[in-house]
Amino acid sequence: MRFRRKTSLAAVAAAGALVALVLAGCSTSNPTASPSSSAAAAKSSQEPIVVGSAAFPENEILAEIYAQALTGAGIPATTHLDIGQRPAYLKAMKEGSIDLVPEYSGNLLQFYNKDTTDKSSAGVFAALQKAIPSSLEVLPEAEAQDRDSYNVTKEFAKKYGLVSLGDLTKAPQPLIVGGNPELGQRPYGLPGLKSVYGVTSTLKPISDSGGPLTIKALQDGTIQVADIFTTTPAITQFVTLKDPKNMVLAQNIVPLIRKSKASAKVKSTLDAVSAKLTTKALIAMNGKSSGSAKESSAQIAKEWLSQEGLD
Amino acid sequence: MIWFANAFAWLADPAHYAGVNGIPVRLGQHVAYTGITLVIAAAVALPLGFLIGHTGKGRSLAVQVSGGLRSLPTLGLVIVLALLLGLGIGAPMIALVILAVPPVLAGAYSGVESVDPRVVDAARAVGMTGWQVLWRVEVPLGLPLVIGGLRSAALQAIATWTVAAVLPLGGLGRYIYDAIATYDYTEMFAGSVLVIVLALVVDGLFAVLQRLVVPRGVVAAGGAPAAVPA
Repeated sequence: MRFRRKTSLAAVAAAGALVALVLAGCSTSNPTASPSSSAAAAKSSQEPIVVGSAAFPENEILAEIYAQALTGAGIPATTHLDIGQRPAYLKAMKEGSIDLVPEYSGNLLQFYNKDTTDKSSAGVFAALQKAIPSSLEVLPEAEAQDRDSYNVTKEFAKKYGLVSLGDLTKAPQPLIVGGNPELGQRPYGLPGLKSVYGVTSTLKPISDSGGPLTIKALQDGTIQVADIFTTTPAITQFVTLKDPKNMVLAQNIVPLIRKSKASAKVKSTLDAVSAKLTTKALIAMNGKSSGSAKESSAQIAKEWLSQEGLD
Repeated sequence: MIWFANAFAWLADPAHYAGVNGIPVRLGQHVAYTGITLVIAAAVALPLGFLIGHTGKGRSLAVQVSGGLRSLPTLGLVIVLALLLGLGIGAPMIALVILAVPPVLAGAYSGVESVDPRVVDAARAVGMTGWQVLWRVEVPLGLPLVIGGLRSAALQAIATWTVAAVLPLGGLGRYIYDAIATYDYTEMFAGSVLVIVLALVVDGLFAVLQRLVVPRGVVAAGGAPAAVPA
């Protein structure tokens, strides 16, 4: 709803500007005035790249990073943040009101191809090239990932020598896993732990997507394993178990762009950003956007770009 | 309409009546959680409410405090307490009791207050002690309002135990939270139907109880039962 209202406002504003332009053209009888209006027309052909984002802080920060990096490289860019969820902003991209969004490779692939079996970063990225509409393009992915991950406390990891998910069989079974209720059924949840890694577990459903309740439960020992997103700042106090068999779908950060806007200069600028973007960097940036720090997305993006020498 | 058909098919499926996630277990848990909440809330609020109604003291304080408690966002309270106390039944139980106390308290003091002062004076005039006035006159005559308070608290508890299943609890909320997570709208709808039916049945039982507790003398005298607080 919010997005629609914004676009219709933008449309009204654009129409108004057009009318004003035409009126300005009509009102003048001086032939020397024409160069200025043709200059305006030339300017409008080089429209800025509109960077969109989903409605959550991490994605907004990423959109700001893209926009500021492009602006820094001399390419005009504006942002249109906070556009609900994937179906909403992908529709906006198809319609052309948004040119570029920071995306998550696995979820993007599943949006266009529900039956995909590719799970690894490289596999997902390769599959994406075929899955997305022809008007769009996916640029090289960053190392940074925001995906589900299984975590244990440091003491628990040390006690049983846990490094990867398969090691969980060394701990007493069944293990108590805490996380969103869907883990009970999804292939990357309890069924996958059993079939891929041979781990027997029971689920304590905590509907906060690896948020404070899940973290508290893991600290307390109410649960032994917690599903937490890899870019959640609180994850650093735990041991994240490796997933060598790619049970969990990769979610690398990728720029999704409209082909018509993807000039060589745009691509090289965004590639430079993706080359520096790590999961660790995202954790730090998410930390700044929450809690008492609570910096704006634009400010966090600016700090990271200057720290990486990309501004 | 297809949603209704699917939901009722789900409810009729014998597979959904077995095991720890079966309807009898989940329904039983919901009723037990609600019952325990009401018992604790009544143990706290009824004596206090009777005292306030009988003595007329502390009424404005009770109104203000219970009004304040009512305005607490319950789900927020559930989560904050769970963060402080850890997962388990304790945190949501405290939150739900806090939610259930105000209506029970209001029912208790307004029930006692609603008794005609002339009747209370008459009781004293025939030599009843304060206790006797309270237990033989004020509480029996005010009972429909007292039950009304419990009725309102019961409905709030049934509703709130449903949303409290954001925590790893049992009860009927389990169907709704688990189904949202997997986009299983049939199960979600069926779970909602179960909550609605439970609420209507409990409300109906309390309505009957409210009629039954009107003393025979009041009925015989043609006195209408006191108005019921919403």
